[in-house]
Amino acid sequence: MDLRYTAEELAFRDELRAFFRDNLPGDIRERMRLGHAPSKADTVTWQRILNRRGWAAYSWPKEYGGPGWTPVQRMIFLEENQLAPAPEVSSFNITMIGPVLVQFGTEEQKQRFLPRAANIDDWWCQGFSEPGAGSDLASLKTAAKRDGDDYVVNGQKIWTSTAHHADWCFALVRTNPQAKKRQEGISFLLIDMKTPGITVRPIISIDGSHHLNEVFFDDVRVPMSLRVGEENRGWDVAKFLLGHERTGIARLGKSKERVKFAREAAREMRANGKPLIEDPGFRQRVAQLGVDMKALEITQMRVVSAHDKSHDGKPDALSSVLKVKGTELLQATTELAMDVGGPLAMPDWAQELAALSNEPELGPEWATEATRSYLFLRAASIYGGTNEIQKNILTKAVLGL
Amino acid sequence: MDFDLTEEQRLLRDSVERLLADHYGFDRRRSYLAEPNGWSRALWSQYAELGLLGLPFAESYGGFGGGPIEVMLVMEALGRVLALEPYLATVVLTGTALRLAGSEAQKSRILPQIAQGQMILAFAHGERQARYDLTDVLTTAKPKGSGWLLDGAKSVVLHGADAGRLVVSARTSGERDDPEGITLFLVDAAANGVARRSYPMRDGTRAAEISLSDVEVGSEDVLGEVGKGLPVIDRVVEAGIAATAAEAVGAMEAMQAMTLEYLKTRQQFGRPIGENQVLQHRAAEMLMELERGRSMAMLAAMMVEEPDAAERAHNIAMVKVGVGQASKFVSQNAVQLHGGIGMTEEYAVGHYFRRCMVIEHLFGDTAHHLSRLADQVE
Repeated sequence: MDLRYTAEELAFRDELRAFFRDNLPGDIRERMRLGHAPSKADTVTWQRILNRRGWAAYSWPKEYGGPGWTPVQRMIFLEENQLAPAPEVSSFNITMIGPVLVQFGTEEQKQRFLPRAANIDDWWCQGFSEPGAGSDLASLKTAAKRDGDDYVVNGQKIWTSTAHHADWCFALVRTNPQAKKRQEGISFLLIDMKTPGITVRPIISIDGSHHLNEVFFDDVRVPMSLRVGEENRGWDVAKFLLGHERTGIARLGKSKERVKFAREAAREMRANGKPLIEDPGFRQRVAQLGVDMKALEITQMRVVSAHDKSHDGKPDALSSVLKVKGTELLQATTELAMDVGGPLAMPDWAQELAALSNEPELGPEWATEATRSYLFLRAASIYGGTNEIQKNILTKAVLGL
Repeated sequence: MDFDLTEEQRLLRDSVERLLADHYGFDRRRSYLAEPNGWSRALWSQYAELGLLGLPFAESYGGFGGGPIEVMLVMEALGRVLALEPYLATVVLTGTALRLAGSEAQKSRILPQIAQGQMILAFAHGERQARYDLTDVLTTAKPKGSGWLLDGAKSVVLHGADAGRLVVSARTSGERDDPEGITLFLVDAAANGVARRSYPMRDGTRAAEISLSDVEVGSEDVLGEVGKGLPVIDRVVEAGIAATAAEAVGAMEAMQAMTLEYLKTRQQFGRPIGENQVLQHRAAEMLMELERGRSMAMLAAMMVEEPDAAERAHNIAMVKVGVGQASKFVSQNAVQLHGGIGMTEEYAVGHYFRRCMVIEHLFGDTAHHLSRLADQVE
């Protein structure tokens, strides 16, 4: 048993660090450091830089354009990318549709979509949740009826992140409403977002941003050649997708980076006549987060190390622990950054800041962004299977209750 | 990075678990508690036979040549059955002091006796006024002839009354709280001037108040360098934290298993109470805390021999906080989920609860270490 990285793993980390230092554009790094959500342009720019190096599709096998890294290397990559801080690669492209196509796609689908997904030539979104199907995903109703060589899709998806940017959507649709078990009547389709009959409507979230959408399908024709896996076996594909690469879900590098930023910012802010960084209450909070991050780091290493050994590709039940603890931590660290800003974190002046020309400065950009991030990340314990659903999973899979 | 155990480590774990499974039912434990020192001499000999008592010592001293991982495995197993024997006091605490600071003569005299189960030792450092401050030593050692004369009092000395020998800290120079000037001595517990009052801790294990008045100690019984005892004491305490972290993980595992069993079998409103989601989620949260504690106990085993003192101390403090919080959550909820029966002396869960409570208050509690970590924030 040895927690330390091997010499090879350390060399790998140094190689990544050097690459990030030399290749991450300074303006993108600065926006990330100030806590901005990565724009579409920044995400695309950085993912393409990574892809030229062969690293964007970090979890894919070599034959499909990935680097063929071990789970430990993938974990190091994610953390270093978050610490840089750089925009994260599109999870829809890289950890969702990519692995799904590698596992279930036809040769034609692989060749058509994988290189473009790696290079983010196609921006993908995920059409899973519906107004009546959130945690209970299998109750989804969006229908796909056969008509010649096409499916005709009717229905509605919701909470579709970045659908307004998306070129393609991978969606779960009901192809057999009569199936005995609800899970057995679902298929997995790839839908071109330019197809007639698709309407995308924004949902503005509590952070004031447009990230989420409703997507309406009105007689949308999808060629049967764009179904992944067998008809009515889409649930297997969805289960694979949701169970794949769960170790990245803790986003520990992001939490570490936010605490580091909060500590830096706390040197500039005051509390009781002294720099905030000297305030005992603040220091205790940072210390507690340090303990929590360390514990999660070791737990993540245990999960990754077990995954490295098992090779069966099955998600460890502990990955639910990573999801819950990781998102709680991420929420706590963004809350810390916001609290450092104090009253200056409360004005909603992002728009004004963007429009500034010769006006005097309004207040620190990072403070208003910290609050945006705090608000946005309330979703972290909701998406990807709510933290309560994760506890249900632990209850059944581990505790046997 | 590798979390696997070696073949030898697996064998060690299995043989300890087998021995304890055979000898540590809850009723058997009660009979050990009733023995004169509150633990089983017979079992202690079996620990010796299995090589557990010489586990961290070099083979040249009759030891097993094991490291922190081996100690972790044994402590976890001991924690699972709430073992009462003075393993922590003798093998871990004073064993570490001897291993790190002992002269060749001291080690070859004492370590084989520990390994063979012939000597119990206790680490007599804490004092009544000191709370968790390791530098707060008022006991004095004044030169007398070629040796020393010890005066003072030691408080909450684990197994202090059962021990044949004590490792005692005393000031040879400096004032209260001075990090310099603390010296460790090997003291015969039967020496003139040593008085001990034995009592049970809240978990049933034994401890003692020890007073020292004009206790004569020879120069050959100075442990380590005169005046340079604190770094050794730090290492002893860190070893204690690492070992009790693993012990707490064992205790948490046992409480988690008991609680699950209870949730599956206890019927109310015509069905097992474990069908209630509020209780399921609490049990899932206990599991998450147990895993957090387990990760921290592993970190402790990895870091306790780390050569960089600051790095080691920082990590061990994080371990103490993480395990303290985890074990408090697990044990409080284990009692809560058992309901009334969890409050009773006759049921095991309350005994585990009390062991975790005692562990949290040894070697600096959660607040103490969190505050130390807060001091280090940059």
